[in-house]
Amino acid sequence: MSQGYERNVLPIYFLEAKYEFLNTLRTPGFVLPSLAFPLMFYAFFGIAFGGGNGGQQAAYLAATYGVFGVIGPALFGFGVGIATERSQGWLMLKQASPMPGMAYFTAKLTMSLIFAQMILILLFSLAAFGGNVNFTPGQWATLYLTISLGNIPFCALGLLIGSWSPARASVAIVNLVYLPMSFLSGLWIPVNMLPKFMGDLAVLFPPYHLAQLALKVIDMDQGGQVWVHVVVLLVQTVLFLWLALIGFRRKVRD
Amino acid sequence: MVNESKVPLAELRNAHKSYGPVHALSGCNLQIHPGEVVAMLGPNGAGKTTAVNLMMGLLKPDEGQAQLFGVAPRHARARIRTGVMLQVSGVPDTLRVKEHIKLFSSYYPNPMPLERVLAVSGLKGLENRSFGKLSGGQKQRLLFGLAICGRPELVFLDEPTVGLDVEARRAMWDEIKDLVQHGTSVALTTHYLEEADFLADRIVILNKGKIIAEGSPEQIKTLAAKKCIRCYTSLNATQLAVLPGVVSVREHRHGVEILTAMAEETLKLMFTKDPGLSQLEIVGAGLEEAFLNLTQDNDTEVAA
Repeated sequence: MSQGYERNVLPIYFLEAKYEFLNTLRTPGFVLPSLAFPLMFYAFFGIAFGGGNGGQQAAYLAATYGVFGVIGPALFGFGVGIATERSQGWLMLKQASPMPGMAYFTAKLTMSLIFAQMILILLFSLAAFGGNVNFTPGQWATLYLTISLGNIPFCALGLLIGSWSPARASVAIVNLVYLPMSFLSGLWIPVNMLPKFMGDLAVLFPPYHLAQLALKVIDMDQGGQVWVHVVVLLVQTVLFLWLALIGFRRKVRD
Repeated sequence: MVNESKVPLAELRNAHKSYGPVHALSGCNLQIHPGEVVAMLGPNGAGKTTAVNLMMGLLKPDEGQAQLFGVAPRHARARIRTGVMLQVSGVPDTLRVKEHIKLFSSYYPNPMPLERVLAVSGLKGLENRSFGKLSGGQKQRLLFGLAICGRPELVFLDEPTVGLDVEARRAMWDEIKDLVQHGTSVALTTHYLEEADFLADRIVILNKGKIIAEGSPEQIKTLAAKKCIRCYTSLNATQLAVLPGVVSVREHRHGVEILTAMAEETLKLMFTKDPGLSQLEIVGAGLEEAFLNLTQDNDTEVAA
């Protein structure tokens, strides 16, 4: 009696990711701000007001707006996406269906990583050709890889928000986390130019550690140890996932 | 190896479930057998959805057991043979009808072709429309399509016609009937007696977390139509038992208790024979509360 119950799960993972990506791509309210804001900010502060022409500011902001850019799709995709689908009952229908549970999350992760690549490619092109930033090919590649992978802790943070937040509050919560956290982590203004009490807070936030890793590639960091930043990011990621799990368990019981 | 034909498709054994102080389900025993259409009928908060969610493994019983195809409901082997339609208030809006169907079909080892799903769920010609642009009835039909696209042996339908107009409800009923004729077993929840009557082989009536009656639609309707008359009368039990519609007569602390299928006819003759009859009281036969709530809640319900 067991024949016919075998299935190949790979197509499920593929289709789940494909449709998650398509659904996101067709949502202008997500795509435009995610792609446009980092580019627009960089054009203003990195090129127009930053002197352009390969200056310090154009170089610094190429790295930090890259970090800023990849945080967006992670927080919005996971945070708002999951909060919405959870409150609509859609997540529950998916759970009741034979979909492997991990397919849902890897689809969101894939979507977030693809958007991160799109943002980085556009931003780095703008920095190189518009801002005349001249990193070595090795620096560009390392920077790209570092910031791309740096997307993952923020997916975990998004998951945490998505697992606890009511759907209607999720956009506000994501923005309240995203923007102040970016500012305090030195993504817009270097941490040492912030008032001291603000600058001291930076070490608490994951974007600070990712930004320091990125800035180290171009020799503009504050001089922290690579392994310290990596460990902090890993610990924060695990913490976010653990809290998200508690959130999901609590919601199931509602 | 277990003899599969003896194993119920879905089963609750003495299942209890509470949300805080609220007992959503207290000691529920329920089996869904192959080829059967079982309707769980009851007012809001009766425990229907909780019962279904336990069988599907979306909730775990506090006490007792839930099984699907003889194993734990979360088991992939069980879910692969199951289709589910839940009350969903929203779905990824920008995905098209055919995209939703292709995705859900991929979850199953032997899904129906897309064309067939579209035909069965009445969505032909709408395959390229995005979910957000469908009407309420069409959305409901797509959710039905997602439940059946994998050729499941058992389909759970939680309030499949809630919020639909009469025409759309009729269409959904026909689709469900068609599904059953092709051998699929169905467990559905509803608060429409008419719906349970039309679709089900067996109706299970829930109220306040307990199964209060169970039987064929005919049995349930007869039971529901019966009334209990209590009064003081000079007529004796033998005289009362022969009156039209009377099923049983019982001496009671406060006079006599008569169970009848035709309360009006019975009473008419009782008054003729005993004008001095007093302390008259008429109640339903145990189902009154559930059914009263059913009819009252029909139109005011908000999908929860």
